[in-house]
Amino acid sequence: MAQIIRDETGRILFTQEMKEEYTILAPNMLPTHFKLFKMAFALHGYKVIPLETTGREIVNEGLKNVHNDTCYPALLVIGQLIHALKSGEYDLNKTALLITQTGGGCRASNYIHLLRKALKKSGFEDIPVISLNLSGMEKNPGFKLTFGLIKKLIYSIVYGDLLMLLANQTRPYELEKGAADRMVDHWVEVLSEEYKQSKNVTYRRVKENMPRILQDFANIPVNKTDKIKVGIVGEIYVKFAPLGNNNLEEFLHGEDVEVVVPGLMDFVIFKVDNRFVDPEIYGGGKLKHLIAGWFENYLVGWQDDMIAAIKRFPQFDPPSRFQDIKNLVKDYVGYGNKMGEGWLLTGEMLELVHSGTPNIVCTQPFGCLPNHVAGKGMMRKIKEYNPTANIVAIDYDPGATAINQENRIKLMIANARRMKKMVQYNELVEIKGKMTNSAM
Amino acid sequence: MSISMGIDIGSTTAKVVITEDDKILFQCYERHFSQVRQKTLEIIRRAEPILSGKSFSAAVSGSAGLGVAKAAEIPFVQEVFATGELVRKKVPDTDVVIELGGEDAKILFFDRRTGAFEERMNGSCAGGTGAFIDQMATLLAVAPDELDRLSQDHQFIYTIASRCGVFAKSDIQPLLNQGASKSDIAASIFQAVVDQTITGLAQGRKIQGKILFLGGPLHFFKGLQERFVETLKLGEDMAVFPDYALYAVSLGASIYAEEEGTSFDYHTLVEKLENAADEAVTTLRLNPLFESQEEYDAFVKRHEQATIPEKDLAGYTGDAYIGIDCGSTTTKLVVVSKEKDILYSYYNSNQGNPVEIVREQLIHILKECGDRIHICGSAVTGYGEDLIQNAFHADTGLVETMAHLKAASHFNPNVDFVLDIGGQDIKCFKIRNGVIDNIVLNEACSSGCGSFIETFAKSMGYDAASFAKLGLFAKHPVDLGSRCTVFMNSSVKQAQKEGATIEDISAGLSMSVTKNAIYKVIRAVSKEDLGTNIVVQGGTFLNDAILRSFEIEVEQQVIRPSISGLMGAYGAALYAQELRLEQSALMSLEELEHFTHTSKTVSCGLCNNNCNLTVNTFSGGRKFISGNRCEKPLGRKENKEIPNMFAWKLSKLRALKGVDGGKGKIGIPMGLNMYENIPFWYAFLTRLGFEVVLSDVSSRALYRKGQDTIPSDTVCYPAKLMHGHIVNLLEKGVTRIFYPCMPYNFNEKKGDNHYNCPVVAYYPELLDANMEVLKNISYEHGYFGLHRPKDFEKKAYEYFNREFDIPRNLVHQAAKEAFAVYDAWKWEIRQEGQRAIQFAREHGKKIIVLAGRPYHIDPEINHGIDKMMTSFDLVLVTEDAVAHLGNAGKVHVLNQWTYHSRLYNAANYVTTQPDMELVQIVSFGCGIDAITTDEVRAILEEKGKLYTQLKIDEINNLGAVKIRIRSLLAAIREKEAQQKAR
Repeated sequence: MAQIIRDETGRILFTQEMKEEYTILAPNMLPTHFKLFKMAFALHGYKVIPLETTGREIVNEGLKNVHNDTCYPALLVIGQLIHALKSGEYDLNKTALLITQTGGGCRASNYIHLLRKALKKSGFEDIPVISLNLSGMEKNPGFKLTFGLIKKLIYSIVYGDLLMLLANQTRPYELEKGAADRMVDHWVEVLSEEYKQSKNVTYRRVKENMPRILQDFANIPVNKTDKIKVGIVGEIYVKFAPLGNNNLEEFLHGEDVEVVVPGLMDFVIFKVDNRFVDPEIYGGGKLKHLIAGWFENYLVGWQDDMIAAIKRFPQFDPPSRFQDIKNLVKDYVGYGNKMGEGWLLTGEMLELVHSGTPNIVCTQPFGCLPNHVAGKGMMRKIKEYNPTANIVAIDYDPGATAINQENRIKLMIANARRMKKMVQYNELVEIKGKMTNSAM
Repeated sequence: MSISMGIDIGSTTAKVVITEDDKILFQCYERHFSQVRQKTLEIIRRAEPILSGKSFSAAVSGSAGLGVAKAAEIPFVQEVFATGELVRKKVPDTDVVIELGGEDAKILFFDRRTGAFEERMNGSCAGGTGAFIDQMATLLAVAPDELDRLSQDHQFIYTIASRCGVFAKSDIQPLLNQGASKSDIAASIFQAVVDQTITGLAQGRKIQGKILFLGGPLHFFKGLQERFVETLKLGEDMAVFPDYALYAVSLGASIYAEEEGTSFDYHTLVEKLENAADEAVTTLRLNPLFESQEEYDAFVKRHEQATIPEKDLAGYTGDAYIGIDCGSTTTKLVVVSKEKDILYSYYNSNQGNPVEIVREQLIHILKECGDRIHICGSAVTGYGEDLIQNAFHADTGLVETMAHLKAASHFNPNVDFVLDIGGQDIKCFKIRNGVIDNIVLNEACSSGCGSFIETFAKSMGYDAASFAKLGLFAKHPVDLGSRCTVFMNSSVKQAQKEGATIEDISAGLSMSVTKNAIYKVIRAVSKEDLGTNIVVQGGTFLNDAILRSFEIEVEQQVIRPSISGLMGAYGAALYAQELRLEQSALMSLEELEHFTHTSKTVSCGLCNNNCNLTVNTFSGGRKFISGNRCEKPLGRKENKEIPNMFAWKLSKLRALKGVDGGKGKIGIPMGLNMYENIPFWYAFLTRLGFEVVLSDVSSRALYRKGQDTIPSDTVCYPAKLMHGHIVNLLEKGVTRIFYPCMPYNFNEKKGDNHYNCPVVAYYPELLDANMEVLKNISYEHGYFGLHRPKDFEKKAYEYFNREFDIPRNLVHQAAKEAFAVYDAWKWEIRQEGQRAIQFAREHGKKIIVLAGRPYHIDPEINHGIDKMMTSFDLVLVTEDAVAHLGNAGKVHVLNQWTYHSRLYNAANYVTTQPDMELVQIVSFGCGIDAITTDEVRAILEEKGKLYTQLKIDEINNLGAVKIRIRSLLAAIREKEAQQKAR
């Protein structure tokens, strides 16, 4: 059995032996993406399990173990991990935890430390915790984010974003209920099979698969009616994770609207872009600047390929390019606004407004610091310059009840419907006017 | 001709209107006491004569109406949207609608440009309004309509925190205890509602034009109407208070119903509603408190054992001691015998006038005592300690935590944990080696738990005791979560919607209050965390349901003394006994009978805290002033000698005066990180030739000036103040403001990184996007970094050359000088720190490192905590004066914010100095401090130091702060006494 080795600060290292023996539990955020991540990790010898548990016990576990004023995602993520450790499903002598660490000025960089504190409090001191980050923090002999692994994770993001986008655009119109979701499952299965061999997980294969996926979704019989579109933006975890946002997507589907969720890729590019921009604002770091720039181009290239593939299917709306979002934000916030979701949050709202989805739910954990500025702080200005923007800010925390949140979202949707009616009415009047004119 | 029915089911009331075209055929407004479906059905049945045999349209609206709508398949319309429908039809020239309901507050803005309207509802963190006013009326022991009448005679408006009811309560309580007039308080309560509406809802939009006021509170309370009209400066025609204010939503729903056109007939509708009563329940349910009567009986029997023998005052002869606990809502008083038996006890609401109640009680007691009983000592504790002690010449006062410890030790000498839940407060502390350690008082956001049950019970038509009893045998208690009471209100709403019974809600509330105490206040992880000898007390624990919930939650049996509500008073009496006096100085019977008490309020004006002082005048012209933060208004000289680095830093920074250098004026808002960086920017900009104009020191008035442009009401108070600073600068006539975005702080090389918090970093951009007035001037809010001095020169040159044509060498020179000035300032701070420490040691005084953020020296942010502390003879040193002396080493968090690294190092330094303690100031809403506070605590406690945290907000009340400081001092004294004894 693997020995527990600590570094000079007392941190348990994830050793080469552990890699062989241990199961690594990770919090979940985007179920489809994470299924592929799991397979990507497996190809590199890690047995990672993204947790799919839900329920109030997770919140309670979080409340017990994390300072209650900490942001809600930390509470949920840590609650979910501890809940899993206590479940008895995993051999505690052979279990490690994985958590991301962004390293920015937001509280989120501290999740890993809060997790360790919580583990200590609950008597799980000997469980190793692995930090997943791109900043070189907390190195482990048995866990390396190699370029090969990074690439596979990013392919998974491309797949995940594409599947999510197609499902969202198909689901409200499908003739046979559940067809879009079944197609997602089908493709996750197909890809999981491919992911069993490294040689299948190449960019060439991604490019080959994209049109196939698109074609399969295009084949789903739909009745394309005119539905209201509602976008979801916000703090990355509550934006995506159903556990964090009280199943927001599901709720919106129930309200008979089409949901638009900007993908995960933008966030990844955004984080890389920050490193590119930093030296431009404050000076220094020439080499870092170059590397970040190169990596950003690399990612943008993949995003462009995905957009190009979607464009070949006119029935689907492609997402905007990263650079286009970045340009939109110019008059609102600076590119130095990088903590949390930073300017990307403002940018995604603007992108939605400009691309025909003026109705937006802006999700954030209660008291999220960066979103005071980039979220709530920008809404007035967005509305000033874009009168059709119909944005509702929703706070999530352990005490907020679904009824309050849903009530506010319903109001936003009621407004959207009214606005649509008005527009249609105005158009009718216009057409009528033209007809009378031409008759004369 | 079409009949249409609008049903509005709010949090507390159901409103139904039936209209035929524009005529109202039927209207009904009633409380539903959470019997939502039954009530709706009942009202509709009453309308049978109108509806029977006809086809009509119908729609449901309201926050608690969704369940009914679903069950009866009636169209549902969101309530704000419904209001909009009404306004569009009835008063289309409206600019803004303000609608206050039981728990909701809404503003609708109409956009003339697009013809669309924009709605704002209270978010998840904003107290209700109607419910809030009811709650406040209860607090003042008046009926709501009387509150309204009282408010008409007001002379004075106090500042009452407006964010949520709980905060307001903690502001009102001391005012009551200090004897402020009820009229003034009543008007101040309405003002708080107005302020909340303006800050919380308007979020950056000005409320102007023609305003329509709707909803119950705005219909019933003339005082509230008046406050709105006055605050918004509305002309006669601009404020509309329509007679249909109560029915706005239901009228809107009926208009909507008409448009939708779904038609109903009476019998089908009633049938549907009748069958709807069995909707599936989805709210999480908990296990019952007691499975059986037997279990309950055993529980009661066990707790009966913790008693104090009670003797009759009339049958006792000998020495006796009086203990008075003048709490926030109740007054408690006991007389104990030499053997510590209770001879007499009193527990009652203080009716807003504790002085009179204590007087009556003392007269009663002294009369009973006659010559048989000799009062040898008297002590006062609680919120009203100073007032009562002064009024009646009690022998001593003691901080309430001490009083409770005294009493608890009597029941269990090994007590290691005391938890007290009173009407307004939760307090608890651990006892380590007989010394109070680790005091936790409820933060402003979870207080009021005990009285919450009371208010809630009343709103359901019960008194507190019988309401709580209902829950004892509830089958499926509702899980209402464990957060602030405002959130609980909506959880209750949700449960009601799903058809939970009163019993289930009652039990659920008891469990929530308990969980609040454990997870929100104490933040316990395991039962071992609390201790093994737990004593619980306070009025709230007299409630068996709460006691049971607590035992279930902590999984152990605890002691609840039979005198649970009297523990403070009992402890005070025991303390009085310990004084070993021959004779108490307490007033004699005759003096008491001639005792008079009047109070009036004045504004101090001796410094910019502008405390509202309550001057109490007792018989014989004796005066007692309360509400003060420092010694100044008491006629005593401020202890200027005692070093106070908060005051020192502030006066140093305020001494920076602009010099006309030919480049014109440039304004700088003095808040947030400017308190750290101003010496740098001042030197830099002055050298470039700008005349630097600083905004004035913050004040409440300055805050209000920018209040209507704050977009996020949950951001910290220091950030909110920035809006006022901008307005202040514009009033000074500057046409250029410099306030750069700074994600990075100075790199002091003490941590893993050197960030500012996201709010400090980007707030300049938020101001740009939300303050219209900035459009008219030049607002420089670009990004700068001072962490790379060389690069700063280059970047600053690019900027200042482009914008102001300033030559390269001047910018470089100015930058170099500014960095030197900043370094000198840091050196000066450290020197001053050493001077203060030396002074303290020469004069044998305690040193407090008052640690927080640089901007906590702002008197409007710290509310005068520094002066209060020096009045306790404590020498104040700031964290940045000693941080360089300590080295916290590797901390257990990512140490990446410069200000926080200082905290950790200062804490580490304090652990090496026996005569120093660290007190941390935390701003409410500071998410990052959720991380730092735990770490600072760990650093201190690891080395056996006490940790004290002061959480501050816009609340202007230092009562809780005072308790913490006094408890800290008492704890230090006992610790020292112990060390000497060893």
